[in-house]
Amino acid sequence: MSAPSLQEDLARLDAIVRALEANDLDLDKALALFEEGVDRLRTARERLSVAELRLTQLREAADGSVRVDDLAG
Amino acid sequence: MTSPLPLGGPAGERPLTVTELATLAKEVLESAVPPVWVVGEVSGFRKHANGHWFFTLKDAGAKLNCVMWRADAARASAPPQEGMQLFARGSLSLYPPWGETRFMVRDLLATMEGGLQAALLERARASLEKDGLFALERKRPLPPFPRVIGVVTSPSGAVWRDIVAVVGRRWPSVELVLIGAKVQGEDAPADLRRALALADRLETLDVLIVGRGGGSKEDLWAFNDEGVARAVAASRVPVISAVGHEGDVSLTDLVADARAATPSAAAEKAVPDRVELLHRLDVLRGSLASGATRRVALVGEQLRHAATRMARSCERITDRGTGRLRDARTRMGLAAERMVEARRAEVARLAGQLDALSPLRVLERGYAVARDADGRVLRRTADLPPGLGFRLRVVDGEVRARSEGTP
Repeated sequence: MSAPSLQEDLARLDAIVRALEANDLDLDKALALFEEGVDRLRTARERLSVAELRLTQLREAADGSVRVDDLAG
Repeated sequence: MTSPLPLGGPAGERPLTVTELATLAKEVLESAVPPVWVVGEVSGFRKHANGHWFFTLKDAGAKLNCVMWRADAARASAPPQEGMQLFARGSLSLYPPWGETRFMVRDLLATMEGGLQAALLERARASLEKDGLFALERKRPLPPFPRVIGVVTSPSGAVWRDIVAVVGRRWPSVELVLIGAKVQGEDAPADLRRALALADRLETLDVLIVGRGGGSKEDLWAFNDEGVARAVAASRVPVISAVGHEGDVSLTDLVADARAATPSAAAEKAVPDRVELLHRLDVLRGSLASGATRRVALVGEQLRHAATRMARSCERITDRGTGRLRDARTRMGLAAERMVEARRAEVARLAGQLDALSPLRVLERGYAVARDADGRVLRRTADLPPGLGFRLRVVDGEVRARSEGTP
């Protein structure tokens, strides 16, 4: 699953926007950051479009191990 | 008594007055016996005109005169009935004017069960508090983007259903794990402890919701169990307690990392809202585009200045000099123009990618955007006089085009 990287994407995007707004980067760096930002935006949006709610049930099996079974939605 | 008169006080100088002795007895009683719960049968209840309650609590071996002041009586649910078993919490005192030992009642509980529970609850609360389990600095933050959320509740109750519905609406990219447990009845505390221990063994778990729906005060009893509260406090991952009662706070609520009034509210605390995040991404998209555009405009400006300065110095030289220099001057000017143009094109290309990220994805549906050389969008026929060269942005890139006028 990709959720922690969404958190990273958002943090990175915030940092990129701040850097671009600071106006003290050289142009190549600024463009590279912009390109990375566009990329991060795309992946973040893709991650958000994944809609897969999974329902499971946790049980202790007869041998004492833990078991996760799928549940019908 | 055969001792010689007069009998002395503690120091032996003079006899005590009745008031002095009674006052002494009162002080001794009040300091020696801390507030306690007493159980007994009610008799002789009467309510004084000023609102205070008077009654007797008795059992087979003794009876105790009880007084409940008006302010305390106002908090009791109903006046006690003759013959009923009652739990009373209060402290022992002595009323000198009547020479009477009295039990000053602060709280009343009408059922045996309720009284025992209240006494147990008080003990459990004190013990948890002593161990610092209610301390705010113990509370852990909830993970902002959990992947696996455990729910300890009854498999047949509405709690699970509500949480599935709310999470499905707000943040459907998670796994919800049901950890079934009995949430009421005598064996509920043991079963809840078992479920909590089981949840702790699920290594992928990010956050845990413990809850049940509404019910009477007695129904929530399992969540006031000291062992359950300690198991919640010991959880490896942060716990959201949703024991479902406004105003009625359980021990589980007090030790949990977060607390919600209903299971739905707990689900809202557990996951972010996808719609809110999409909005945040849109805002970031705007800042990104304007940041980059501004940056490039600034550089374009600087390059133009540099080009102008260079051209001027070239002119000074070529006034005196050769055709070769004149040629170099022209080439330099063109190179500077090309550099600015290349940057602008790069930003236009990237901005195009931002457009493609737009929720509307208009281009994908077969629409195109016409822009002039400066990137201005051409919207009307008047913007496109015959012969005008422009750029057409389609879903996968840009083409050059020329207007042939209106049909």
